[in-house]
Amino acid sequence: MSDKAGVIVPDAKAPAKKPRRKLGLWWVAIALVSALLLLSVLRIVTGAGDLTSSGTIAGTLIATMPIMLAGLGGLWSERAGVVNIGLEGMMILGTWGAGYFGYHYGAWAAVIGAILMGMLGGLIHATATVIFGIDHIISGVAVNIIALGAVQYLASLTFVGLPGGGQTQSPKIPDVPTITIGPLSDGLKDIEDKGTFFVSDLASVLRALVTNLSSLVLISLLLLVVTYYVLWRTSFGLRLRSVGESPSAAESLGVKVLRYKFAAVLISGGLAGLAGGFLAMVASSNYRDGQTGGRGYIGLAAMIFGNWRPGGLLGGSALFGYTETLGLRQGGTSVHALLLAIAVLALAFGIWQVRKGEAVAGSVIVGLGALVAALYFSIDEVPSDFTRMTPYIITLLVLAFASQRLRMPAADGQIYRKGSAG
Amino acid sequence: MNSRVTRLALGLAAPLLALVAAFAITSLVLIIAGDPVGGVWSTILQVPAERNMANIINNATVLYLSGLAIAVGFKMNLFNIGVDGQYRVAAFTAAVVAGEAWLPGYLNTALAIVCAMAVGALWAGIAGVLRATRGVSEVISTIMLNFIATGLVAYLLRKIAVRVPGSNEIGTKEIPEGSRIPSIPFSDNPAISLYGFLVIAAFFGFLYWFVLNKTRFGFDLRATGRSTTAAVASGIDVTRMTVAALLISGAIAGLVGLPILFGDAYKYGSTFQSGLGFAGIAIALLGRNNPVGIAVGALLFAFLDEQSNPLQIIIGVSPDIVAITQGTIVLTVVISYEVVRRYGVRLEQHHVGLALEGQVDPPPVPPDRSPDSSTTDSTPTDGAPGDDKTKGVST
Repeated sequence: MSDKAGVIVPDAKAPAKKPRRKLGLWWVAIALVSALLLLSVLRIVTGAGDLTSSGTIAGTLIATMPIMLAGLGGLWSERAGVVNIGLEGMMILGTWGAGYFGYHYGAWAAVIGAILMGMLGGLIHATATVIFGIDHIISGVAVNIIALGAVQYLASLTFVGLPGGGQTQSPKIPDVPTITIGPLSDGLKDIEDKGTFFVSDLASVLRALVTNLSSLVLISLLLLVVTYYVLWRTSFGLRLRSVGESPSAAESLGVKVLRYKFAAVLISGGLAGLAGGFLAMVASSNYRDGQTGGRGYIGLAAMIFGNWRPGGLLGGSALFGYTETLGLRQGGTSVHALLLAIAVLALAFGIWQVRKGEAVAGSVIVGLGALVAALYFSIDEVPSDFTRMTPYIITLLVLAFASQRLRMPAADGQIYRKGSAG
Repeated sequence: MNSRVTRLALGLAAPLLALVAAFAITSLVLIIAGDPVGGVWSTILQVPAERNMANIINNATVLYLSGLAIAVGFKMNLFNIGVDGQYRVAAFTAAVVAGEAWLPGYLNTALAIVCAMAVGALWAGIAGVLRATRGVSEVISTIMLNFIATGLVAYLLRKIAVRVPGSNEIGTKEIPEGSRIPSIPFSDNPAISLYGFLVIAAFFGFLYWFVLNKTRFGFDLRATGRSTTAAVASGIDVTRMTVAALLISGAIAGLVGLPILFGDAYKYGSTFQSGLGFAGIAIALLGRNNPVGIAVGALLFAFLDEQSNPLQIIIGVSPDIVAITQGTIVLTVVISYEVVRRYGVRLEQHHVGLALEGQVDPPPVPPDRSPDSSTTDSTPTDGAPGDDKTKGVST
């Protein structure tokens, strides 16, 4: 994974990136508004009303958060140079933590329990990779195997015999409080029902934000902002990122490299654990076997999609959360409508690429766009199996077409031994 | 000289140390959870009955192929996490081809096996091409391809499957009697037998050893895995080798589901066994990518799986506890190989030191790490990619 990242790249790119960095959050806002605009056009054109209904948006929020939290976990550890494919396992540990502590001690204990269990997974990963210098992927795979077995073992140890509990699920656990602003919600519903272009779509988004909004969603979004602030605006964050870019340079400047890596992986585990807890508490109401369903990996993909940046990570997770939600809510017609958007965008982007002189890449994209367009007109509904595949296909396509533009931390995945700065 | 004995002892010490450590950690978990430690181990470590023995060997056959597939990638420093998806797509293809029975008898079987390998290679080849041409990490792309494979196979199965009589399960058409691979008798009881595919798996183990150690291609592959720059300097086309390694890995992965398909299930249904790919990673690590070592690792994992089954009935402990053991083995095996290797280096230095003290002319030090030394070679870079870093420290 590390062969592409040269030493010269960060220096060469840094001045070019500086002006963009200030716009970071604005970019996200602009992207979100344009996405909504696009969906609004699409809704009018195809008549697929569920594309922007407040139910879909609310579902998207709930589907996005676990992916985003897992991605944040990945961001923390990879910014410190530790690849973490054990996120999935840490999430699994989090689901059990929420189930066990939630049942016995209440909703907020469930949150803490999920985080602590995730950190336990992080502790294994950190011990293996940072102290013993094991290959990060191997350790991640081991964490995933151990976590799955441990949780199944623990579930049959702790949930069997409880009311509603069993080997594969915990009893019902209490949920954290939700926020509803009643009058505003009703007013927005009226606007949404009118079906006006863009205004109604905006109303449904706002309505989803003021109706039954889980406080965990707010906490998750807050964690995203805090992550951005800590990693990019504090000296702690600068040191942590320097460890991921060039550990020997960091050490020669007096940074305790291993300590930073260890802390980063622990935080990473805590965030992944919270992602699992979110699944158990908000997306569902108890721990269930196999609840994570590979979301740890999607989180990792969202982070790569977002170019190891919090804003992009949010965009990536929202994209995956949205497609996942559409797949669940009469997904066939909604995803079918999305195909049209993809086809048009791909054709436009491809033609632009060809005109820019990238003949091969451009023609491939145009070809793909034409293919999707043909698909759109030949079928009426996308089978549910394919809607479920969408996030993975998108990730592959993004990696295939944009991997040259992505830049991971330069020393990501490399094993560092203390004193290597020499 | 006794250096050969020492090396053999060190080679055996590492996996033993790993096992002991993993068992100790599992015991610790059991103690904390308040489960009977002694009862668990006495159940797991008892001598398996004939029927269990056959099950162990059969499951080991499947795991062996999975381990081989991973090991081919490891030799090139490639992580083929996608064995899971590859074998699922391949087993499904083989089931369809064999079920349609376009050819008579064993020709049909052979065709199905070839198709499975081709599809497995193709699925892994996507990751290979992405890595070689676009620089996409094969770890991420194969994980994504796993999920895509799951969805694709579920969709295709629903499209073409027939309902299994008397149940809600759907599956492909059953493979005709004449195309099934006959089982190997294992005991007087005709119901207890081994998969005939065992022979084919063993053959692939031999082929793996032969190609990697006795051919130019294998040498190029290992050379590229150890040092890309050196490989480029000696005229090896690294891009081609990357794609080739993933194609081969995928082709072997395509075989993983076939022992079950041709020896037991005879059709691909919605309940076909999944999750065999990740166990393969652990087994390849445990066996240090050595064909015999992988076999031992596969037998060990199958043994743990089989022997833990009655835990719930006998002493009321969830059999999932062995997953903790298996996962811990992955970590301890890597650590203990490193520890033992360092100890070996220190031992060697000590010997050399003694020899130098005793006489004026230093005797020639036996070359310890020639690439084609014996099978118990505990060379560090043989297995875990990423170990390259640590190698430089001690030498």
